[in-house]
Amino acid sequence: MSGDAIRLEGIRYQYAGSRSWALDGVDLVVRSGEIVGLVGPNDAGKSTVCLVAAALAPAVAGGRLEGLAWLVDGPTSELPAHEAARRCGVLFQNPLAQLSGTSATVWEEVAFGPRNVGLDRGLIAERVERCLELLRIGHLAPRDPGRLSGGQAQLVAMASVLALEPRALVLDEPTSQLDPEGTRLVGEAIRRVAGETGSGVLIVEHKTALLASIADRVAVLAEGRTVLTGSTLEVLADGSLPELGVDPPAAVRIGRTIGAAGLPPGLADRAMAAITAASA
Amino acid sequence: MIAAPITVEAVSFAYPDGTHALDRVDLAIEPGQRIAIVGQNGSGKSTLVRQLNGLLRPSTGRVLIGGEDIVARHVAQLARTVGLAFQNPDRQIFAGRVRGEVSFGPRNLGQRGMELERAVEGALVATGLEMDGDTNPYDLGYSRRKLLALASILAMGTPIVVLDEPTTGQDARGLERIRRIVADLSADGRTVIAVSHDMRFVAEAFERVVGMRDGRIVLDGTPADVFSENEWPTLASTFLEPPLPARIGARLGLGPTATDEALLAALSASD
Repeated sequence: MSGDAIRLEGIRYQYAGSRSWALDGVDLVVRSGEIVGLVGPNDAGKSTVCLVAAALAPAVAGGRLEGLAWLVDGPTSELPAHEAARRCGVLFQNPLAQLSGTSATVWEEVAFGPRNVGLDRGLIAERVERCLELLRIGHLAPRDPGRLSGGQAQLVAMASVLALEPRALVLDEPTSQLDPEGTRLVGEAIRRVAGETGSGVLIVEHKTALLASIADRVAVLAEGRTVLTGSTLEVLADGSLPELGVDPPAAVRIGRTIGAAGLPPGLADRAMAAITAASA
Repeated sequence: MIAAPITVEAVSFAYPDGTHALDRVDLAIEPGQRIAIVGQNGSGKSTLVRQLNGLLRPSTGRVLIGGEDIVARHVAQLARTVGLAFQNPDRQIFAGRVRGEVSFGPRNLGQRGMELERAVEGALVATGLEMDGDTNPYDLGYSRRKLLALASILAMGTPIVVLDEPTTGQDARGLERIRRIVADLSADGRTVIAVSHDMRFVAEAFERVVGMRDGRIVLDGTPADVFSENEWPTLASTFLEPPLPARIGARLGLGPTATDEALLAALSASD
């Protein structure tokens, strides 16, 4: 298991007070330096997978866990919360829920985590500047974190997580409120972080086109179970995605539509070539 | 239901911290129109739509609804005319039960009894929350809370409906649901104004697209117009990309094809 940032084997999880299994058969590995996408319809349990992978469930959320959940150096079952937080950075779906509420400026907000783990001042400043730059939000540094737009708050929350340089990253729809440019920047930042720091990244994302450009592998979750895992290309082109409630990337969707339209072969070929060229 | 026309006249707006969010915006919206507002985060989209229900008031300029300047009308009065579903549902939701949340708006507008029941039920069905009436909103996942925020606005039956980023966090089925809601509202004669980053949703569900950059309107037309090749430089200046079918159509020299449907039709016609 060395080299695994996150490993989930035969995971079943039940929330406290619930009789049904929110997760019922999750198998998933994220190696160091690897980006793994998790897709699936709403209510499939994607956010619950995030809680389990980050060792927040059952440690903080309560409930009952079966199977093996491994985070960086060992199983999560005996991991104290502060150690889990060091190993794994988590970005929740609602960025406003994540801001500390104690910082007067965005700069201070991003410095909050590194300060709490006792880094020295020079190193903190360096990390804050680097993370703000990585997401191109240096201009937000003096702003009040409570008065940001949804998209800006999401980028700030992301910078705060990256500033801790965790060895595992769990990102629950990190681009949901971002414009296409912000989405692209976050994608690039995630790829750079995985490449440069060797962090293993688990990312829940509805934007399958983003996964197509950054993920090494993709897993599909349906009704609490991983039903499909494989290389990004393989999974995103799988014919069962629409049935499972997942929109494939636009290029795959349109390719299928054109393929089924019964166009003359010459025209269909030109159209397919145009799809490839236009989506590059 | 016939909605009133909206006229935004030379509206500028600055936040208390000095951020200039709108710069002399002019915009006329016909009753019953489906209009999407696009642009980068921070381009002024949310600020603009908040002028329409009095949540924010222009620093200069004015907003008219049905020809009447809304400056003198209180937010509570405007709530009968303009319903706004927030980008972040958690800034809107407060009740302990889904049904209570959805009935709050129409009840405040004076609806009671069967009329209220019908409004609430209709909104729950439209958003697929009919089985969750007794659920605590915070036991719903984010995407359903988003649908709940939308249901609360639908239940008010306002002639003008404003949706700030309605598709955030929605899966394929949720998207389809929201597309249908927009179409139904419009078929009912209501005006639908949505802020969105999802260009496919914008091209498929709306008849007019307005593009914003730095607090100004820089694009305005049908999806076919706004996503046509000659507008790409302007789109790029707002950091937006045309949807994929438009890019494919341009490569094949088919003219504007903003949607899958338009692309397929143009391909078949070129045969």
